[in-house]
Amino acid sequence: MSGFVSVRNLRKSYGSFEALRGIDLEISKGEVVCVIGPSGSGKSTLIRCINRLESFSDDSAILVGGNRVQPGRSLARVRAEVGMVFQSFNLFPHLTVRDNVMLAPRRVRRTPRDAARQQADRLLARVGIAEQADKYPGQLSGGQQQRVAIARALAMEPQVMLFDEPTSALDPEMVGEVLDVMRDLAGTGVTMIVVTHEMGFASQVADRVIFMDAGEVIETGPPGRVLSAPREPRTRNFLSAVLNH
Amino acid sequence: MDIFDTFLNMGVIARTWPLLLEGLWVTIQLGAASIVAGLVLGLGLALLRLYAVPPLRLITRFYIDIFRSIPLLVLLIIVYYALPFVGLRLSPFASAMAALTLVSGAYTAEIFRAGIEAIPKGQFEASAALGLSYPQTMRDVILPQAVKIVIPPLTNNSINVVKDTALASVVAMPDLLKQATQAQALAANPTPLIGAAVLYLAFLWPLVAMVSRMERRFGAKGT
Ligand SMILES: Nc1ncnc2c1ncn2[C@@H]1O[C@H](COP(=O)(O)OP(=O)(O)OP(=O)(O)O)[C@@H](O)[C@H]1O
Ligand SMILES: [Mg+2]
Repeated sequence: MSGFVSVRNLRKSYGSFEALRGIDLEISKGEVVCVIGPSGSGKSTLIRCINRLESFSDDSAILVGGNRVQPGRSLARVRAEVGMVFQSFNLFPHLTVRDNVMLAPRRVRRTPRDAARQQADRLLARVGIAEQADKYPGQLSGGQQQRVAIARALAMEPQVMLFDEPTSALDPEMVGEVLDVMRDLAGTGVTMIVVTHEMGFASQVADRVIFMDAGEVIETGPPGRVLSAPREPRTRNFLSAVLNH
Repeated sequence: MDIFDTFLNMGVIARTWPLLLEGLWVTIQLGAASIVAGLVLGLGLALLRLYAVPPLRLITRFYIDIFRSIPLLVLLIIVYYALPFVGLRLSPFASAMAALTLVSGAYTAEIFRAGIEAIPKGQFEASAALGLSYPQTMRDVILPQAVKIVIPPLTNNSINVVKDTALASVVAMPDLLKQATQAQALAANPTPLIGAAVLYLAFLWPLVAMVSRMERRFGAKGT
């Protein structure tokens, strides 16, 4: 089976240290996949390879919608199809919330100003912060900033959305508002790959959970099975450690 | 002869004032042209220094170090008196502007580099993830943020460039200092030199004060 996002024999080393040791993944269109695993297991590295924020070895291949993710002219085009939400938001502090959302459509898609503006306001309304459009990121709470970051990524109308621990930097009372936006998004048919420690979100929203450890995929399956009846001892150890916290 | 007649002789000031103003105008032109050219050169050098292929990066670094090390006066004399031996004869203005620009470019390159490096990696990553090209990332995301960081040190550098224009008087450039020394010779009185000093001060003091204000506001360290 060949998926919409296809990761084949993905290897990545930092010097002599192997962060990813041959990952194979097929993710179909519209699928919501949650990636879990202990710190340092390679979760961030994996999703950062998908839009090639990290380089990876030449005998590995990643395809998104049939297009190979490789350096060169085609890379910006692939990246425009792949949205990313970071743990630390990475909003542009010198631009208003609305301009943050408008920038990429204006520059990359050459969307006319008025259309981009309307789209930005629509997206900001969808993530519940329409009234903050004229503020600067620094004036918003963490939860609001992360929702802006989601709107900014969605403005490119990506086929795939990558999330790298989108709620880990948030105060506990703000986690819910961001997860709610992501839950809504999962219902719209966007393919989502979410690195998260939120087991509740994974079990309710994911179509599939992937457990990683030491640069390898250890176990994968529907959340109901992987989270409640893990087969691998390493998955079991990890889950019991997480749940006892 | 009292001290006022010697150093603040109003008659002499009145007679030599037009000369001083001419000199001030030349100084401003030379300063402004060198500052602008130095900024363009510096930005180009900074981008090469950060992102060019390794050999080019090394050459840029070499350039920056050389031109920050060489005394401006030595460079100016080489440009004006030595280059004609290889057939390159520049006017006093062109020589002075070339020397000032070459050196100012090296300093501004380091200022821009520090400014760009102060922008968090996440800004580059977010831009790349959105599909922005490298020039778009620089223009829309990185440089607007870097500019805020670099304005105080750039203003400082500009003050230095204007001060250094005084060295151009050694290549017969009719700048403020040169005109003042000439007026002093004509009038047999040092008052024009005091006048020149006052003009330099009137011109540069506000800039110095502006830098201090900006540094306080941006919370930046003085350089
Ligand atoms: N730039 C780097 N240089 C060297 N090693 C790195 C680098 N980036 C990551 N690593 C190593 O690669 C491994 C995988 O890192 P990664 O960030 O993907 O882990 P992770 O699963 O996302 O962990 P966490 O849950 O803490 O975010 C780690 O051991 C990390 O130390
Ligand atoms: Mg991580």
